Amino acid sequence: MPSYQNILSNRYTLARSWTLEVAERAGAYQQARKALTSMTPDQIKAEVKAANIRGRGGAGFPAGMKWGFLAPKKEGQEVYLVINADEGEPGTFKDRTIMEKDPHRLIEGCIIAMYAIGAHKCWIYVRCELVLSIARLEAAIREAHARGFLGARPFGKEHALDIHVHPGAGAYICGEETSLLNSLEGKRGEPRLKPPFPAVKGAFGMPTIVNNVETISAVPDVVAMGGEAWSNISLLPPEMKDGGTRLYGISGHVKRPGVYEAPVGITMRELIYDFGGGMLHPDRKLKGVIPGGSSTPVLREQDKVEAKDPKHPLNKWHGKSHLDLPMAVDTYRGIGTMLGTCCAIVMDTSVSMVEASRNLMKFYAHESCGQCTPCREGTGWLANVLDQIAAGKGKPSDVDLLVDISNNMMGNTICALADGTAMPMLAFVRKFRKEFLEAAEKGLPQSARLDEAIRSQLVRREAA
Amino acid sequence: MAFTLSAEHEKIVDELIARYPTKQAACIPVLHLCQRQVGWVSPEVIDYVATRLGMAASEVMGVVTFYTMYAQHPPGKHTVWVCRTLSCELMGAKTIQEHLEHRLGCHAGQTSADGNFTLKKAECLAACGYGPMVQIDDQFYENLTVEKLDALLDRIARGETPTQEETAWYPNAAAATTSGS
Repeated sequence: MPSYQNILSNRYTLARSWTLEVAERAGAYQQARKALTSMTPDQIKAEVKAANIRGRGGAGFPAGMKWGFLAPKKEGQEVYLVINADEGEPGTFKDRTIMEKDPHRLIEGCIIAMYAIGAHKCWIYVRCELVLSIARLEAAIREAHARGFLGARPFGKEHALDIHVHPGAGAYICGEETSLLNSLEGKRGEPRLKPPFPAVKGAFGMPTIVNNVETISAVPDVVAMGGEAWSNISLLPPEMKDGGTRLYGISGHVKRPGVYEAPVGITMRELIYDFGGGMLHPDRKLKGVIPGGSSTPVLREQDKVEAKDPKHPLNKWHGKSHLDLPMAVDTYRGIGTMLGTCCAIVMDTSVSMVEASRNLMKFYAHESCGQCTPCREGTGWLANVLDQIAAGKGKPSDVDLLVDISNNMMGNTICALADGTAMPMLAFVRKFRKEFLEAAEKGLPQSARLDEAIRSQLVRREAA
Repeated sequence: MAFTLSAEHEKIVDELIARYPTKQAACIPVLHLCQRQVGWVSPEVIDYVATRLGMAASEVMGVVTFYTMYAQHPPGKHTVWVCRTLSCELMGAKTIQEHLEHRLGCHAGQTSADGNFTLKKAECLAACGYGPMVQIDDQFYENLTVEKLDALLDRIARGETPTQEETAWYPNAAAATTSGS
């Protein structure tokens, strides 16, 4: 187990860490007090910018820059902060640990962020299935109110602050920020056309900043350490502008699945073997790993970084396995995948990639909101074609059909759900084409079906 | 018969409405509240919410049908959601699902003959490291095996509500510093 310092998660192991009493004794709200009593909003914004926080929700957009896009407040306008806690990307289960184990860190981050962007109201949009997260957040908000950290004059400052939890009702798409805003307004969660972007016209028609739970939870530490020092925790050189520490998740065929904190820039190999404890079955090798939620294209150990040109940003890692490239927003983009939410799904050699992709395409077909035709039809078609292939009713041209459908979805829709479906589908076919062709000709043997292959694993981890 | 909320819940509705600049924004939480009282979103609930929040009944209906967590038919006493998405499936979600179908004698989307359990398939419930898992009513139950699941259902059928801490919550607490409970 590597020994990186826990910063974001340093209160996780305390008994009753979610209560104000315990959190405060361990340092909670000191940074909010400091920010509201001794810093100007511009100073806070400058620190957040210097911290190079890349959004932790999946897109990796720099948080400081996002705050900078906020339209100047006009007469009679309000500015809102909305926290995206609709964690639902398959493979992703990190934000939940913050809300369950340290909700006061998120509340403190919201207080500082609201003050910095000039907001008085904040909604935390939590998917309703996370009952414990909602309960702990509601309790934390009540405690913070009672102590005067929220309300009319937080920390004695004339800047009223109000935070509410808004439950979702079960829809993956509501993690898309404009869909989330529609859902917040009590509508169907269909994504909006952009522009206007939320920073100009967001919740209830007002300029709105939408940030992920982990992104905002980092803000108190940024204020505590200073933006530059926080950014420098990252193992990457500063010019890559991907700073700090973050939560990594790992699930699937490893010995120790879970959520772990480490600096930005550890490698996938470290995540799988050092944190995750290595492969679950000693006799089975790694076949593929989905690096950051199901929308991110799958990686293989045998693929190498191609960056011969000395000027290429990834030149330093030329010829190395994809598993040995630091995990960061831009490095992963450079090898044709995405860092996403930084929560990996590990698959060993027992897994049929046809089955893995079939499982995920069913997910997207279920979760497409149906607003745009290429997505509504495309996700369903991909799932159906894969069903046919798996059942032995496919033909070799079906593999090209998968590619064709995916290509017709990319970039043709209002939001990124279609791209998030097509990109992993294309990668599965490109990297495991032989397997798809074989299945298209012969169907999947019963033993390759996930339902059969897993039976022994139920008991395996039990024993591990 | 027209739907009414309890006086206590009516007060919560007022509080919820006060949280937002528009009344309509309270639609999702108010629907949850109604569902909690009667177990599902009946046509009467839709009329009530529409009137209470100044929306058209069709708008409320649109919301109800968009999201998966609103029951549009009366469910059993407990609802079991089985996560079927990749991380859980890699660890055996289908075995869990098949076992549930066998034990409850019904398929996903149906209710057991004794009316105790409604079985549903869920898409990723953000418990990927702890699969296979089910959500039963308000609780997550993780790192399941068929035996654990049986014991769990026995307890729930007896009227107990095991907490997630009590069951298989974060099994590697000692190893994983960040996931100890």
